[in-house]
Amino acid sequence: MLTLYCPCCGEDVDETDLHAGGEAHLKRFGPGSSDEEFEGYLFMRENPKGVHFERWHHTYGCGKWFLAARCTQTLEVFGTYPAQTLEPPKDIRDKITKKRPGWTWGALS
Amino acid sequence: MSDVISALQGRTAEGVVTIQEMGLCGMITLRGDLADPKIAAICRDLTGHDLPAKGHATTTGETGLAWMSPDEVLILVPYATSEVALSMAQEALKGSHFLAFDVSDARAMFQLTGKYVHEILAKLAPVDLDPAHFPVGRLRRSRLGQVAAAFWKVDQDSFRVVCFRSVADYTFNLLAASAKAGPVDHLNG
Ligand SMILES: [Zn+2]
Repeated sequence: MLTLYCPCCGEDVDETDLHAGGEAHLKRFGPGSSDEEFEGYLFMRENPKGVHFERWHHTYGCGKWFLAARCTQTLEVFGTYPAQTLEPPKDIRDKITKKRPGWTWGALS
Repeated sequence: MSDVISALQGRTAEGVVTIQEMGLCGMITLRGDLADPKIAAICRDLTGHDLPAKGHATTTGETGLAWMSPDEVLILVPYATSEVALSMAQEALKGSHFLAFDVSDARAMFQLTGKYVHEILAKLAPVDLDPAHFPVGRLRRSRLGQVAAAFWKVDQDSFRVVCFRSVADYTFNLLAASAKAGPVDHLNG
């Protein structure tokens, strides 16, 4: 059972009220990009056992998207943050570093 | 003109907690920038209430405002006045980026009254309904069983529930079954 805090409406939300939206912080490659870039954008995903960053949609509530940092192994939630960010905020990364020293995720660490 | 009727025409289940479909209720969905003073002003003109805080509703009888999301408020007015209220909102917000829509006939509203009302809802929604954490005026959008619903606490012993009209029958039966099964006697302990 996963409970995520929705930063848009300020509620602690049960997983069953949410819809998972896949990996966070994807960079879109569209017209003009190389085949490799486009393939990576469409298909290549992190699949970590541990620290992960995801998109979630508060479907049964405010109807907004937000992002979450959590551990796929223990379900520990490190934090949630607005979708309008290009990378996880520093306080959440610091918190993860404290709990999972040496973590990496894509180009992040 | 055909007769206008609500989804369940006031169907009622009496019990420890009484469930009543409220009949025709005027409801206008207003979406826009809630920080825009024009929105606050028209909401006040239509209901006499200030915009409620995040996660709250303020109502007096049939009239009031319910905060539905960071850019959405549900305006509650008597059913007979909803058309006029809608055109007033559209007039007042001309030039702003907004959407106002009369959803009166697309929703159903229920009144739940009784001492164990928190528990009757807590059995159906993944929400912390402990009265200590869910004070009067608090609103939550979530699920009741299988369907989306919004509910808020009107006073110590009563809640208002809004759902889609198409699932009014399911919602009524669900609430009535939960009430009939009785209190767990945990939240009011
Ligand atoms: Zn939300």
